[in-house]
Amino acid sequence: MIIQQISVFLENRAGQLLDVTTALAENQIDMQAINIAETADYGIARLIVDTPKKAMEILQEKGFILRLTPVVQAAVPDRPGGLNELLAAVAEAGIDIEYMYSAFHGQKNGLAYMVFRVEDTQRLDKVLQGLA
Amino acid sequence: MERYYQPEIECASREQILTWQNERLVKQVQHVWDNVPYYRKKMEEKGVTPADIQGVEDLHKLPFLTKDDLRDAYPYGLLAAPLKDCVRIQSTSGTTGRRVVAFYTQHDLDLWEDCCARAIVAAGGTEEDVCHVCYGYGLFTGGPGLNGGSHRVGCLTLPMSSGNTDRQLQFMVDLGATILCCTPSYAAYLAESIHERGLRDKIKLKAGIFGAEAWSEEMRQDIQNKLGIKAYDIYGLTETSGPGVSFECSAQTGMHINEDHFIAEIIDPDTGEVLPEGSKGELVFSSITKEAFPLLRYRTRDICVLTREKCACGRTHVKMCKPMGRSDDMLIVKGVNVFPSQIETVLLEQGYPANYQIIVDRVNNSDTLEVMVEMTPEIFSDSLGKVSEMEKGLVAALKAMLGIYAKVRLVAPKSITRSEGKAVRVIDKRKI
Repeated sequence: MIIQQISVFLENRAGQLLDVTTALAENQIDMQAINIAETADYGIARLIVDTPKKAMEILQEKGFILRLTPVVQAAVPDRPGGLNELLAAVAEAGIDIEYMYSAFHGQKNGLAYMVFRVEDTQRLDKVLQGLA
Repeated sequence: MERYYQPEIECASREQILTWQNERLVKQVQHVWDNVPYYRKKMEEKGVTPADIQGVEDLHKLPFLTKDDLRDAYPYGLLAAPLKDCVRIQSTSGTTGRRVVAFYTQHDLDLWEDCCARAIVAAGGTEEDVCHVCYGYGLFTGGPGLNGGSHRVGCLTLPMSSGNTDRQLQFMVDLGATILCCTPSYAAYLAESIHERGLRDKIKLKAGIFGAEAWSEEMRQDIQNKLGIKAYDIYGLTETSGPGVSFECSAQTGMHINEDHFIAEIIDPDTGEVLPEGSKGELVFSSITKEAFPLLRYRTRDICVLTREKCACGRTHVKMCKPMGRSDDMLIVKGVNVFPSQIETVLLEQGYPANYQIIVDRVNNSDTLEVMVEMTPEIFSDSLGKVSEMEKGLVAALKAMLGIYAKVRLVAPKSITRSEGKAVRVIDKRKI
């Protein structure tokens, strides 16, 4: 499934991430996944939320630098070899994964959720749907 | 006993110096009028002809030259000699990235090297000395100037250029360097390294000639104590020739300006009016003996005071204090001229907002330059690779423009301090 990811620019100083989570909590926005990439001077927080449009507006108002990017979310069988099978199909299709991380929502029915950032989301989505 | 390279000039009577200046200025104005259409036009606009300049007392009638003129006239517009007579160029960074190129005939190199030789002899240099020059060689005037002066004095010259501290120390020890020529910050760094490596007893240094950047009396004491030497200041700028426009003597109370080659004035930086002796103002130089690049009334932007009080060393040439600041926003970082406008130009070219802050500091006696830039939605990406690629591109473009490394720090929007609604562009944390 193709969903929207919000990326937030974070300066490396105490409390920056807290400002983001506070704004989301105050507005009853449900965070479904978070991933942080960091350098010595700054970081990029990538968020999956239930209402991306509303979250964008709120964070923008707080002065954060944001970017909305389509990513692919996929269910992975929660058993040994589950992710391996999925990645094998992605590699087979010749798709390069820029980065990926796990989501912490909906862990039921023996499934785990992963978020994939690739160049061509449509294509990856098709490959993964084919698997299911 | 005080020694001089050219005692008949350095200790000449004030009347003699004035006679030289009068004759040479009149001749130089005619030379410029005949050969530099750019300056001739400026004179005509001011309604001045060579006939109006009979001596130093008429100097104030001439128009000023600034760094902007050097930029506008780049590269040949202020050249006063045929290129076939020129044998060298030196260069320095200018505003908006266009470089300043200065030309020299053999005569110009000779007089420049004489000036540097005077500085070396004033610091105690003789033909017995081993002169270790670790100013940069190349377009920068520091290395070539002191190198030439050292040859003239007859010192064994070590043309080390800058960098590679291990090699610097090895040569200093193995070849018994006695005079060190470099920027004061590098001298302080070498002093630290000598201490750390326990080389203090193995070095034979007795004097240092340090210039190209501002340094404090405290820094002088620190270097002198750590190395057991006398540390002398030297001043100059590419526009006038390079180091050696003025230099310190044993009195260490200001730098004697080589008045047989350069006439110094102090002006009010706002009105351009010449100020009486002893006033604090902007230093202006006229080169009265150079052939290829004879700038008249060049505004240095250095804020300074001149004194003609009798000096204990016996030299009669006027003394200038260490520059006390600038009348423009130019920074000198690692001996290199940096204008905030250059950094702004690069930022805009690279698609960054002109919202930035420049932080200059001195870490381990070496200048550091950091540029804080506010992140924008256009530049930002979810990909770390893309953001750091942008950052690397900016670092490379700044290096190309400034000639020195500047660290880039991307910060959150609106995090750059603004006072009274106006952004503070430069924070200089160096204590000098």
